[in-house]
Amino acid sequence: MNEMSVNAAHFPCSPLTRPSPSRHKHGSSMAANSSGGSDRQRAAQQRLKIIAGHLQRPSDHQLDITATECKAQESKTNAQSSEERTVPRRRQDVMKWNGWGYSDSKFLFNKKGQAEFTGKRYRLSGMIIPGLKDWMEETFGATIQHKTLATPMLNNTAVQPPNINDAFMEEIKSTDIPFSIEAEDRVFRAHGHCLHEIFALREGKIGRVPDMVVWPSCHSEVVKIVELACKHNICLIPYGGGTSVSSALECPPEETRSIVSLDTSQMNRILWIDEKNLTAHVEAGIVGQDLERLLNESGYCTGHEPDSMEFSSLGGWVATRASGMKKNIYGNIEDLVVHVRMVTPRGVIEKSCQGPRMSTGPDVHHFIMGSEGTLGVVTEVTLKIRPMPEYQKYGSVVFPNFEQGVACLREVAKQRCAPASIRLMDNEQFKFGHALKPQVSSIFTSFLDGLKKFYITKFKGFDPNRLCVATLLFEGDREKVLQHEKQVYDIAAKFGGLAAGEDNGQRGYMLTFVIAYLRDLGMDYYVIGESFETSVPWDRVLDICRNVKARIIRECKEKGVQFSPLSTCRVTQTYDAGACVYFYFAFNYRGLSDPVHVYEQVEHAAREEILANGGSLSHHHGVGKLRKEWMRETISDVGLGMLKSVKDYVDPNNIFGNRNLL
Amino acid sequence: MPSTYASSGNEELVDILEERRRSGDLSHALRTFSPQPYKEMTPCSASDLSKKTLESQYLKYIFKEIASESSLSMEEVKEDARLLLEEMSQNLQLGFIRLMGYTMTKVFKRLYTNIYVNMEGLNMLQQAIQENPVILMPTHRSYIDFLIVSYVLFTYDIPVPVIAAGLPLAGMKLVGEILRRSGAFFIRRSIGSDKLYWAVLSEYVKTIVRTGFAPLEFFVEGLRSRTLKSVPPKLGMMHMVLEPYFKGEVFDITLVPISISYDRVLEESLLAHELLGIPKPKETTTGLFKATKVLQEDYGCMHVNFGRPLSVRDLCQGKINRGQYNLTPRDLPQMPSTDVQACVNWLAHHIVRIQEEGSCISPWSLMACVLIQCPISTLIERGMTWSKLKDRTLWLKKLALQFGARLHWPEHMSDQDVLLSMVALHHSIAAYKGDRVFSAEEDVNRTAAVVLMLASYRNQSLHVFLRPALLATSIQLTKSTQRGRSLKLLAFFCFLKEILSNEFIFVPGKSSQDFEEACLSLKECGAVHVSSDEVTVTEAGLEVLSFLFALLQPFIQSYQVMLDFLAEHKTDISEKQLHFSGRSFAMKRILSGELQTYEALSSETQKNVLSALRALDGKMPPSCSTGLLMQSSSLGWHKSMYSISLQPYLPQPDPVYSLLSSW
Repeated sequence: MNEMSVNAAHFPCSPLTRPSPSRHKHGSSMAANSSGGSDRQRAAQQRLKIIAGHLQRPSDHQLDITATECKAQESKTNAQSSEERTVPRRRQDVMKWNGWGYSDSKFLFNKKGQAEFTGKRYRLSGMIIPGLKDWMEETFGATIQHKTLATPMLNNTAVQPPNINDAFMEEIKSTDIPFSIEAEDRVFRAHGHCLHEIFALREGKIGRVPDMVVWPSCHSEVVKIVELACKHNICLIPYGGGTSVSSALECPPEETRSIVSLDTSQMNRILWIDEKNLTAHVEAGIVGQDLERLLNESGYCTGHEPDSMEFSSLGGWVATRASGMKKNIYGNIEDLVVHVRMVTPRGVIEKSCQGPRMSTGPDVHHFIMGSEGTLGVVTEVTLKIRPMPEYQKYGSVVFPNFEQGVACLREVAKQRCAPASIRLMDNEQFKFGHALKPQVSSIFTSFLDGLKKFYITKFKGFDPNRLCVATLLFEGDREKVLQHEKQVYDIAAKFGGLAAGEDNGQRGYMLTFVIAYLRDLGMDYYVIGESFETSVPWDRVLDICRNVKARIIRECKEKGVQFSPLSTCRVTQTYDAGACVYFYFAFNYRGLSDPVHVYEQVEHAAREEILANGGSLSHHHGVGKLRKEWMRETISDVGLGMLKSVKDYVDPNNIFGNRNLL
Repeated sequence: MPSTYASSGNEELVDILEERRRSGDLSHALRTFSPQPYKEMTPCSASDLSKKTLESQYLKYIFKEIASESSLSMEEVKEDARLLLEEMSQNLQLGFIRLMGYTMTKVFKRLYTNIYVNMEGLNMLQQAIQENPVILMPTHRSYIDFLIVSYVLFTYDIPVPVIAAGLPLAGMKLVGEILRRSGAFFIRRSIGSDKLYWAVLSEYVKTIVRTGFAPLEFFVEGLRSRTLKSVPPKLGMMHMVLEPYFKGEVFDITLVPISISYDRVLEESLLAHELLGIPKPKETTTGLFKATKVLQEDYGCMHVNFGRPLSVRDLCQGKINRGQYNLTPRDLPQMPSTDVQACVNWLAHHIVRIQEEGSCISPWSLMACVLIQCPISTLIERGMTWSKLKDRTLWLKKLALQFGARLHWPEHMSDQDVLLSMVALHHSIAAYKGDRVFSAEEDVNRTAAVVLMLASYRNQSLHVFLRPALLATSIQLTKSTQRGRSLKLLAFFCFLKEILSNEFIFVPGKSSQDFEEACLSLKECGAVHVSSDEVTVTEAGLEVLSFLFALLQPFIQSYQVMLDFLAEHKTDISEKQLHFSGRSFAMKRILSGELQTYEALSSETQKNVLSALRALDGKMPPSCSTGLLMQSSSLGWHKSMYSISLQPYLPQPDPVYSLLSSW
């Protein structure tokens, strides 16, 4: 299994992450853009940029450029040239080496002191966000004057020289599989996006990193690499999207063997689409946005949209039991997977047929899903696909308070009429969302906003410090969507909810995704933060939200944090028997000597609080190394023993030695 | 007396009556009242509260259970519950708080010279109320306790509490309803195994805590202490108020121990008579009016000390696994687990100890300690010389301060005047004639009542001396001060503690800390030398030790009498009879001069002896349930020996103490 591309869900989302903004225009027909010119253009631009990058800074490692023809059973018609894909081998050419996302996209305060979002990729790109500065100052006590900048460039001398297993390297060379021992490549694959990981990078501190990166381009190359790793006793760490938020990609410091990062990004083809059974067979290194775009071109989608889908990979989803925001229609990854191929030190594991359900003992897929790279590398996956929906519509509902909002979500779940996505933000997040409103160009819009505000707070008597918002996304054929919409709004009305428009809904989903970029902005101004999630039975949702938020505030106080923290949550998924809850937590660390340690203590306390309140260790981020200590109490001694015995059988020499999970 | 003064702990105490005497009572009653409530309070009315309770999932489970166990239908059970709730529920209304405020100002001004309140505690409470649901836990020594907290909070613009009260109060015509509207909710005295009642009550209480409806006030001791000592806490209510935290329904709960101390207690003689077996009059409105005679008297000062707010979350850290509710519905009726029971028990005792430490000791209590050590016959016939009483009291004052007591000793008066004013205040107990102080009277029943009153006032400060006194007694009884004997001393100390555990409050599982504390106290006042394995009495320490030893004698003697009585009385008798015959048995010994203390007559003491024996009995192997023996060296039980005494001497260097009962 590979990569830990957890849906770093704090970072989300969807509408804007997608290079084709038109698709999510509310109310617009989805079919309109399937092969939109903008996609092509963007892809072409990107290709140019990458090539330019190569020209400017030629790699000093020759092998780096070697491309191998891979003889997979791919149908020529679906073949795509790899340059069209989002993720190049030299990721640092397009993506930040010490922050979230694309290098060209970031928040900053311009000369006038206004916040703006740079680049051209997103809907918010190039826009001024007038409310953000005040919000940051009010929420965190941060000021524009107090700035702390990241180390701009990686200092190669800070990186330990690679510990090369010469025999292994010789054999890899002879296979023609591209590899690199360059510091930049190795550092890029030594971390996920936990706060402490990014914080250390910004300070230029580099810990144990992989000694070599390899880029197999198909299943058989992975088989070869794993064989060689076994032969030479190499520690292999699969790497997919790199969006892990569980310390899953951290190299165990105690590892003395040579560590090789197996980057799956070049295994990114859709090998076939089966229109009769509505399945697609896909290489596991493909990232979410490419998978959806390519399927869209054929009129299909998986509908799997974790908040990290721009960067997280199919293999990572499988390895961490990912969840997508539209799971109400399409299901989570375990519902989507029909067949998996994984290369392990014992050999390849896969099922013999594609029957939709089997009674053949415990489902071996469930050893694979959630194994977090400890058993092998997922190379190919057969997924369910669906025809693209005809119609999409956003929506939002304002509730007088969070309690009413939760009661409404519970009722929606009870009636099993949840829209593709339904999320409930608490009051703090509502305010945050508000602060992220881009500058309004028309007087009419701002007048309308004022009117809406007046109606809700004065006429309806909602307390602006208590009200909260649910965002909705409906999908399907037009008539059904409208019908469905009515049903949901009727339920909401019973809980005091007022429909608050499509725009608010859409902005809510945007918030999910920009928050990841915002963390980098925060870090420029002494604010650090992170998100974490859990799943919990319905009757405990309110209690867990209140208690965890309060615990965070109390812990910050006790740990000497000088400013009051942002401690907020939202309910992001509904199930029959419970919900997924997301917490965001950030604080201004001025005055603290070891802010990351304080941060970790608070997060630890918050997780204890979650567990004490009947919440799970994780809904979809996974365990990694960050939450390992709670595994025994979570799944019992016997449960842990079961997992260990599988590991012992499949990988007795701990070749897949990332030490996650167990 | 000044309107504010700094206590021995340097806290600012404010006399709240001062302002009432200066400005109008009516304007106080009609003052603007807009307190800052609990920030997460779900606004609801008193009737919403009942409705929420009745519709709770927990009661649904209970109704179903009861319906299936009886011939009743679900609806009938629910109707029963509704009636119970009607009987129980409060109906807090600001108007009635104002009415109570007005009446109480009148009453208080007549009864008390000052009512001192610690402002710091009040400020902390004001903050705490906004943060978390607050449980106010006052001591209970007088009926006055009942509304004083509401009165103070009303005066300082803090949300007034709902208060758990005994059902008999509700039965009082008019007054019951006024109390209800002042926030009282009523609980039956003996709930026993009435499952429905328990369930309705506990859900009602939990709903109050969860919604943060108002601060909740209850007396953790369960009832008024008849002896002015702390009473071992009752745990039922404690469980109810804490459960919402254990189950994660609230983030935290704040406990505020409140110590209400009286120079002179309104019901002093009533209490003494109750202890002597004369039942307390039924609470009636006419009774209340008849009692107005007592309102003519002076009752000195009252102190209301608001303790530091305590976080249940902090206190229970590491004691409770809150995850234990993860696998069943939290509403499902279930017995509390052992860790929860232990924690609640510990917490309740802890609170009572804090109440004790927060109580304010009046000079009279110290005088009572001295007076009661004087033989009764002397007190009746010749009296105690004033100078001796004064010297001993001042000596004791010093000792008390060394032991960390909070004294209320008026600074602006001479010691002579302070003590004289105390005797004057307590003219019902003592009289100052010709430079001597007399107490008690010829009539034996009257004497008994006066001695018990005196004992009660002594009890007000007993907690200050208790631990050192137990150590002093252990030293005296074991003569065990030589090298290597510290452990033996500890064992005997623990033994005494166990026997007296119904008499005094000991926090469970803190024996060795109590012992250490006792050693430290005695060491600091120079009475003993403590080394790693021995405790040596110093020359100067003899006075302290003999005082402390004498302080506990009435208890030791009373227990001995009860044991003797039980040993002689082999046939089964009812508990009521037992009190009666036990009392005559003790009386005979008093009259014959064999027994020095009248405290043996106290029904409270008798009850405590029985409880102690029951507790010890439960720990014995079944085979020796007819006789108990305790060996102090090992604290183990020996079957073979049946005799026992708690005499203040030791027959052998490695003695065997045994404790016999016919139980």
